[in-house]
Amino acid sequence: MSDIRSIVLGIAATVAAAATLAPARLNAQEPRAVEPGAQAAAYYDPAALAASRRALQREHGGQTSYFLLADRLEYQSNEGAPTLLFDGQGWWGTDRNKLRVKSEIEYDFSADRFEEAELQALWSRPISRYFDVQAGVRHDFQDGAERTFGVLGVQGLAPYWFELDAAIFVSGDGDVAARIEAEYDLLITQRLIVQPRAELNFAVQSVEDAGIGGGLSTAEIGLRLRYEIDRQFAPYIGANWARSFGETADFARADGDEVGAVSLVAGVRLWF
Amino acid sequence: MVSRRTLLKSAAGAGVVSAAASLLPAWARSASAGNKGIFELAGSSFDLTVGHSAVEIGGRAGHAITVNGTLPGPLIRFREGETVTLRVRNMLDEDTSIHWHGLLVPFHMDGVPGVSFPGIKAGETFTYEFAVPQSGTYWYHSHSGLQEQAGHYGPLIIDPAGADPIKSDRDYVLVLSDWSFEHPHKVFARLKKNSEVYNFQQRTAIDFVKDARRNGLKSTIADRAMWGQMRMSATDISDATAAIYTYLINGHATADNWTAIFNPGERVRLRIINASAMTIFNFRIPGLPMTVVAADGLAVQPVETDEFQIGVAETYDVLVAPERLRAFALVAEAIDRYGQVVATLAPEAGLVATAPLLRARPILTHRDMGMAMDHGGMDHGAMDHGSMDHAAMAGDPVQQHDHKRGAGVDMVAMEPANRLDEPGLGLESVPHRALRYAQLRSLTRNPDLRKPEREMEIHLTGNMERYMWSFDGVKFSAVEKPIIFHEGERLRVTLVNDTMMTHPIHLHGMFFDLVVDESDFKPRKHTVNVKPGDKLSFDVTADHVGDWAFHCHLLFHMHAGMMQVVSVMPRGVAAAPTDAGADAAGHDGMDHGPAPKPAQKAKAKPMDHGAMGHGDHR
Repeated sequence: MSDIRSIVLGIAATVAAAATLAPARLNAQEPRAVEPGAQAAAYYDPAALAASRRALQREHGGQTSYFLLADRLEYQSNEGAPTLLFDGQGWWGTDRNKLRVKSEIEYDFSADRFEEAELQALWSRPISRYFDVQAGVRHDFQDGAERTFGVLGVQGLAPYWFELDAAIFVSGDGDVAARIEAEYDLLITQRLIVQPRAELNFAVQSVEDAGIGGGLSTAEIGLRLRYEIDRQFAPYIGANWARSFGETADFARADGDEVGAVSLVAGVRLWF
Repeated sequence: MVSRRTLLKSAAGAGVVSAAASLLPAWARSASAGNKGIFELAGSSFDLTVGHSAVEIGGRAGHAITVNGTLPGPLIRFREGETVTLRVRNMLDEDTSIHWHGLLVPFHMDGVPGVSFPGIKAGETFTYEFAVPQSGTYWYHSHSGLQEQAGHYGPLIIDPAGADPIKSDRDYVLVLSDWSFEHPHKVFARLKKNSEVYNFQQRTAIDFVKDARRNGLKSTIADRAMWGQMRMSATDISDATAAIYTYLINGHATADNWTAIFNPGERVRLRIINASAMTIFNFRIPGLPMTVVAADGLAVQPVETDEFQIGVAETYDVLVAPERLRAFALVAEAIDRYGQVVATLAPEAGLVATAPLLRARPILTHRDMGMAMDHGGMDHGAMDHGSMDHAAMAGDPVQQHDHKRGAGVDMVAMEPANRLDEPGLGLESVPHRALRYAQLRSLTRNPDLRKPEREMEIHLTGNMERYMWSFDGVKFSAVEKPIIFHEGERLRVTLVNDTMMTHPIHLHGMFFDLVVDESDFKPRKHTVNVKPGDKLSFDVTADHVGDWAFHCHLLFHMHAGMMQVVSVMPRGVAAAPTDAGADAAGHDGMDHGPAPKPAQKAKAKPMDHGAMGHGDHR
């Protein structure tokens, strides 16, 4: 049945096209236009053709995709005060505009509390071949230090394959802090990968409630060895060294906390 | 003839029924049962059904989108000049289409949804009807979504109206393809998240030590630093690899051992069609020289070789004459050499040819970056193309790049070179003959010997890290105007590959003459492999009015945006003087004489032809 209909329609369209074609060439007043890129409108329903063109263009470069990454989901020995760390991010959007979400959560088993619980929601847009500019908000949920920040940052791939993520945070009280993270993947084999990682946190002024002093506040250096069973699933082991500096260290000492710790870590890196 | 047609029709119907019943498809019959590989439909009237099918690949069950229930679809065979009718019924729950690859059909029969027609809706039947003035080896495939990757493709042979100039005792079609058990959209999505997800041939620390031993520590560090500085990988040959693909010959994996039969002394014609979604192959038959007699369907002057690289969508016809009673391996090795598929050419069924070992992976070089060879002492810091001022390099004959840059273009070729006289990535150093485009000569004189009256340059651009692909830095999703050709004009189109990958570029609706020299026998093709850092030209006569797709035939590259529309505007239409008044090739009247300025880069700045009448559509 539909065969017959489409044949009949096809014939009708051809006849219609032929009927309008001839006069069009003789009579310049004929409104029928040949629009470059839409010439098939002479043969098919222009609305259906236009709709299929829109779908075609959207499908060829205009798609939306998403990405979810748990970069570090790990147990840290932390010199007898073990913690669980989640450091992940994700994005959703087109090549041009993305919503990017980042989160870092640290749970202290011995104290039974969240040392850190941070969530960022950012709008991300490419500014160069390898870098995106990001702007949005960050909220810290941990008890006693709940704060909200405005965020402006850049994230991307630096020369020599360093993954960089740098941001400035401005709190509701006007406190300014900054963070820079760098990661590098060194392939030993196609699946065995060593990942050195560094993170530096800075603050412009002291925020005693949060235990943060001005200048370089904390630094972290890690080395993780992962095995990509699948590119998307990689268990790892490693070591992490973290330390606070200057006033931040003083605040920690005053609270009776350690200013530095070396952790053995074990975890899994996965993405979807 | 009538009875034969009826018979074929019922056979096609039977094909559908058998697929529905999950019976063994026709192509799975053994070679001893006279299996030529693929179910054949011949005549002038064809009924094709696009639907879902269960398939078995290398002993594993999979799901495919097929034509008439087989993978590949049936061999469609008709005669040059005959008017054929092909009714395509869509049994999917999504739109579909069939594009007749390489066939000179009227543009509204070309089968590209959104360009030549609105597509075939679920449950509907579309009737294609055309006659074509050509013969040879072609193929067909879906141009909707990623259906082609899922199995929606098949071979097509047009027998010459007269005697075939290529004489042979046996004739086999070899459809090369890449099969994924994963859904194509998943594969594409993964590449978008991490473009190296399927690359398991990257350079490692172990490779570094090996290279340092061989080439010295200093030069190895300099080499790695150069690549690292550019954030490029020397092993980015293929994005989708054998990590996800099972390669097939006529729907059969190596384990299935598809077999072609010969008697010693016979001349065997092999029609090799690369129907892959993403895989460029190196094809060879160890121990058996091949004489290439046709390329992209059209006859070429015979040239003997031992191996050739076949881009996605290209076809080659070769003649072989095995003398010895032994099994030969038909080897299609992926360009990145991470996988291959082997079939057998043997005097009898049941023999299995010895599969050769995979050869060492190719490594990209300066030349693939679009740089001249002798830059040993150059400061690689200066290669930050993004910020580099080309004008500052006064005196150097550097390549112009007045196309869009930005996030979607990770590099540009500074000194691209014409690589038509090279055999293709990784084949430069094989210890036997490897075919070069420059060796191909059309068997017949080119039909249009006019010098090109207009030139245009198109850049192949991309960003591997972001997995964005485009022409001239603009993804198809962002394209506002098509590329304009004017009916009857002779153009020279130059393609500059600003990426480090080989792109098989396909122009619908027109054969182009590949400028291997200025002779009257240039090879005529519908698809050309543009090597990394390559700058090649083809001459084309805009003799087929209509809108035609123009794209990279690597399916995911097209899907990511490496596509455009070429609109061949009918002759004799008055173009209203418009915003495009600055167009160097201003076609502001009835006369399409030579363009005043063969611009180095006539950027297809389209005019508003809003007030024009309609031309002759044949």
